[in-house]
Amino acid sequence: MSLVAFREALVGAGLLVPTAERGVFARSGVFEGVVVAFERAIQEMDSPSSAEQLHFPPVFARADYCCLNHAHHFPDLMGSVHTFTGGGPEHAALVRQLEAGEDWSRGLAASGVMLVPAACYPLYPTARGTLPPEGRTVDIAGWVFRREPSDDPHRMQAFRQRERVRLGTAEQALSFRDAGVERYAGLLRALGLPVEKVVANDPFFGRGGRLAAATQREQELKFELVVPFGERVVAVASANYHLDTFGVAFGIRSASGASAHTACHGFGLERVALALFWHHGLDPAAWPERVRGVLGFEA
Amino acid sequence: MILDEVRALVVQHGRLMVGAAAIAPETDLYEVGLTSLATVHLMLALEEHFGVEFPDRMLGRRTFESVRAITEAIDALRA
Repeated sequence: MSLVAFREALVGAGLLVPTAERGVFARSGVFEGVVVAFERAIQEMDSPSSAEQLHFPPVFARADYCCLNHAHHFPDLMGSVHTFTGGGPEHAALVRQLEAGEDWSRGLAASGVMLVPAACYPLYPTARGTLPPEGRTVDIAGWVFRREPSDDPHRMQAFRQRERVRLGTAEQALSFRDAGVERYAGLLRALGLPVEKVVANDPFFGRGGRLAAATQREQELKFELVVPFGERVVAVASANYHLDTFGVAFGIRSASGASAHTACHGFGLERVALALFWHHGLDPAAWPERVRGVLGFEA
Repeated sequence: MILDEVRALVVQHGRLMVGAAAIAPETDLYEVGLTSLATVHLMLALEEHFGVEFPDRMLGRRTFESVRAITEAIDALRA
């Protein structure tokens, strides 16, 4: 089945409800039930856990966004929140333009917030200062936005990531990342997904981005767990070592006073659900008992 | 001399932790703080200054690891 046919099957089964914008879907209760069950399975795998939990909204401060180099590397993916701040005349002009089908967005102005491009990004600005000797481990789940309209159901513009982030020394960050990617692979295999770990790169923009991508691969900073969808493979999780990029950008220091190193690993929750629907069928009630057991579905 | 021009561009765009005096032709630029993003800026500045374009096969850490390595790459591209 092609990915477009898969999208049509998902929509036909009512699991995803398309909207006027490509890559923006409503999810059905069944789809959400799979996401919730998978998150519970992650928690169970991680239990007992001493990780902190932080819940961020899907927007974060523009001032913090500007420290992330995201605009340098991924300008094509960003989402900036613009709002109306004019008076009566400006409002009349905006309504006139809107009703005439003209571009009415010029009357809007940049607000103080940007859409979150990766679930862990809002964490780093809140972590300024010196870490405890054992570092910090933080669980984060949240909505992210990436402007890449597509008919490919895997390439949603708004989706959820569930991440665990480590802040500490280089050794703490690296060993965390490498252990995490193996645990994640184990969970996905327990769900009957034929997962493979591969070296990967982020989709850096432009000619300079080709160098950034090659550098990232050479240093093996990013791994992805990929699952086959027919002849294609799709990443459903990634594990990243950021060196001291965020430590330097936000003044996060390890107990020794050096800039902190960070790492994260995370699942794309919709992609995991889609992998389960592809490999086990569109009706979770008919999934293999073993898979249903891992997800905590009633026997 | 190309080596000096390269060194000047490295200092200007590399955001290094050391000054020009501490950068010998063989100094490992990553050891003195050349980040991935700074490497991108440096590459674009080198291309503009020397009127060259680094092909994909040269887009890697080794090409930019020292003033000497960069100079040799520019020489090869201009040959």
